[in-house]
Amino acid sequence: MSQTKPEAVSPKPSAGATKLGGEPLLNVEDLNVHFALRGGTFSRFVGGARGAVKAVDGVSFTLRRGEVLGVVGESGSGKTTLGRAILHTVPVTSGRITFDGRDITDLSDSQIRPLRRRMQMVFQDPNAALNPAMDLLAAVGHPLRIHGIKDQDEISRRVVEAFERVGLVPTDQFLHKYPADLSGGQKQRAVIARAIILGPELLVADEPVSMLDMSVRAKILELMLELKNDLGLTYVYVTHDLATAKFFCDTIAIMYLGRIVEYGPADAIYADPKHPYTRSLLRAIPEPDPTKSVPRDLPRGEIPDAAKPPLGCSFHPRCSKAFEICGWESRDLRDLLDRHWLAHREDEFEQERRIVGDLATLDVPSLRADLPAGANQTGQDVLALLDRIKEDDPHEPMWSGVRDVSDAGSSVHVDFREDNIDPPLYDVGRQRVACLLYRDAENPS
Amino acid sequence: MTLIDGELSVNTDAVMSVRNLKVWYGTARGPVRAVDGVSFDMRRGETLGLVGESGSGKSTLGRGVLRLLPDAAQVTGKVLFRGQDLVTMRKKDLRALRGPELGLIFQEPMTRLNPLMRISDHFLETLHTHEPALSKDQMRRRSIDTLGAMGIPPTRFTNYPHEFSGGMRQRIMIALALVLNPAFVVADEPTTALDVLVEAQIIQILADIKRNFDTSILLITHNLGIIAEACERVAVMYAGRIVEQGDARAVFAQPAHPYTRELLASTISLATTELHYIPGSPPDLIDPPSGCRFHPRCPDAMQVCPTRHPPTVTTTLNQQVDCWLHGPEDQIPAGGTERLEREALSVADEA
Repeated sequence: MSQTKPEAVSPKPSAGATKLGGEPLLNVEDLNVHFALRGGTFSRFVGGARGAVKAVDGVSFTLRRGEVLGVVGESGSGKTTLGRAILHTVPVTSGRITFDGRDITDLSDSQIRPLRRRMQMVFQDPNAALNPAMDLLAAVGHPLRIHGIKDQDEISRRVVEAFERVGLVPTDQFLHKYPADLSGGQKQRAVIARAIILGPELLVADEPVSMLDMSVRAKILELMLELKNDLGLTYVYVTHDLATAKFFCDTIAIMYLGRIVEYGPADAIYADPKHPYTRSLLRAIPEPDPTKSVPRDLPRGEIPDAAKPPLGCSFHPRCSKAFEICGWESRDLRDLLDRHWLAHREDEFEQERRIVGDLATLDVPSLRADLPAGANQTGQDVLALLDRIKEDDPHEPMWSGVRDVSDAGSSVHVDFREDNIDPPLYDVGRQRVACLLYRDAENPS
Repeated sequence: MTLIDGELSVNTDAVMSVRNLKVWYGTARGPVRAVDGVSFDMRRGETLGLVGESGSGKSTLGRGVLRLLPDAAQVTGKVLFRGQDLVTMRKKDLRALRGPELGLIFQEPMTRLNPLMRISDHFLETLHTHEPALSKDQMRRRSIDTLGAMGIPPTRFTNYPHEFSGGMRQRIMIALALVLNPAFVVADEPTTALDVLVEAQIIQILADIKRNFDTSILLITHNLGIIAEACERVAVMYAGRIVEQGDARAVFAQPAHPYTRELLASTISLATTELHYIPGSPPDLIDPPSGCRFHPRCPDAMQVCPTRHPPTVTTTLNQQVDCWLHGPEDQIPAGGTERLEREALSVADEA
């Protein structure tokens, strides 16, 4: 298979970060987090896994002190895993994480613990993040205990201080409350208080406002911005919400199936998104103001199975701009047949479906799709069907990746181009974009 | 037409007319008035968006109109479906309506399909139960065509639920609710657990349903953007009451109720240039504020607001609104329009 792996991209400061002028706090280099898949009963006996899900697949970036990086993606994009890998809560498969100049990739749990004072996490669901049996004084003071502070007076003093910081005032009203007595926004404030009580420098915030009501989200975001300025925090803001990220972040990394597909200063990405995926995401956000809504440009199909990512560019099956070398393969033919039949009534579908045999042969990724003829059908019948499908939509981009279609008797071979490319990140203006549209536009800055 | 506190005439061309519906739950501290005197109409094929924050009573209302509430709930008022009152209807008759006439689309598609049943079996079972006269072939055809309208390819008909993505499963749930062609469907936060692209797909499908089916949809959501794109009309709920309803475009362009206006301003979208929020938190529904329930948080509150609940009035843009700012003036006592001094709200006293 002529699939080229993206070279490890050397991290370089984004244009947005230079204006912040901070020194690098966190450096992530070619980070991979893979989860092994277990096979069926048989392979459990003989050993051996059925492959791996590349939750994070070769991610590199540098985060400067005081910078807010938005890691934006859908479910399954690997954004949460990336956030957790930075904090050492999931095992790293390969790559390097440097925090404040120190390589922390291979530190053991006991070695990482002192560093946790300096890097903390804010979770998505404040209901799940707080122990229902602990009052707020115990919950927010808990990290202090873990880090060896036993003096109850000091713990109380510091919890009160943290409450004042996050606006849980008057503090004596909140110290002995339990999570069940609090509103969603108050709970999230308590979670943030717990995250800042050790005086961290880096906060990884995983969807901190997505469970909150609209009328409260702005307040929590404002609080996080205040804390950033007052305490000199650096944030990794993990979210699927491009609207809050626009407001909150200096730099944006758009993730798709474990990779960063677009990276750059937030203002550049929102003003001029380059990757077709970023464009679709931006156009999909529902806009309450009817005068400001834009036409949708929804990618077709579904997010692919991360255990079996598409060949070439992972986004090509859904991309409206895809062309010859984006990685066309057998599974794209299966999707095309599905889309074709979707447009037909059930009886017409039944008639055409008989012409081809078992479609499962197309589900194994291959540059040669072997499309079997149905019972009492010949390769010629299948060829005729493919011709009709092509006539229906001659602009379907998949055909540009087809080298040859030939009759093999009881089946038809569809051969795809072998010169497909898995795009690395190209420099395009102020952004870095993993899309072949920019292969020649690369500007070696 | 001026509507006074739910005492209104019944609209005859409406599929569903809800009149002064109240749903109360008993608790140790007293009754929770989750829905407290709600009236609205739904026309054939219309999508009505019901928007509100957590705890506003929108889900209780959605289930209340289908009478899918726990037995402990006290329900009063009228829910007229094609002239029959669902509130007083016998359970047996109600069961016969559920499915073929009344449908519900849930929030979490992952947990609503039986993992051991093929998609085809889900559909055949539904059709077999409600339309036993159909032949197997007719059932299959109807199922596949309905799934097709939701973008599920016919080749996937015999797959199991786990073989589909979350978005596809939600579309399958919608198809399953629509295959019987019900007259009225409640969609309770159908996109909340989904990603933005999948959500946009579902919004598009909900908008398309109007063209392909004759179904009226009550779409419950906390996302104003979804309402703006998928609904003709919108009803805004606050503390158990509908405070404003009207044409969705008109309401979003010129909200009549201060709550609607503040909620729109706090929604963070790509067009947001500064952060805005509503001070305070939604009230305790056991002991709600006197008069207009929004008055403690309302930037426009007047002297009259805490004293009496505002009657429903119709604005010039045909929005129905419960707010003294819109009168009726003859019911406001002298000095009632003076500004109300608000008690200072604590920063953390919020939702």
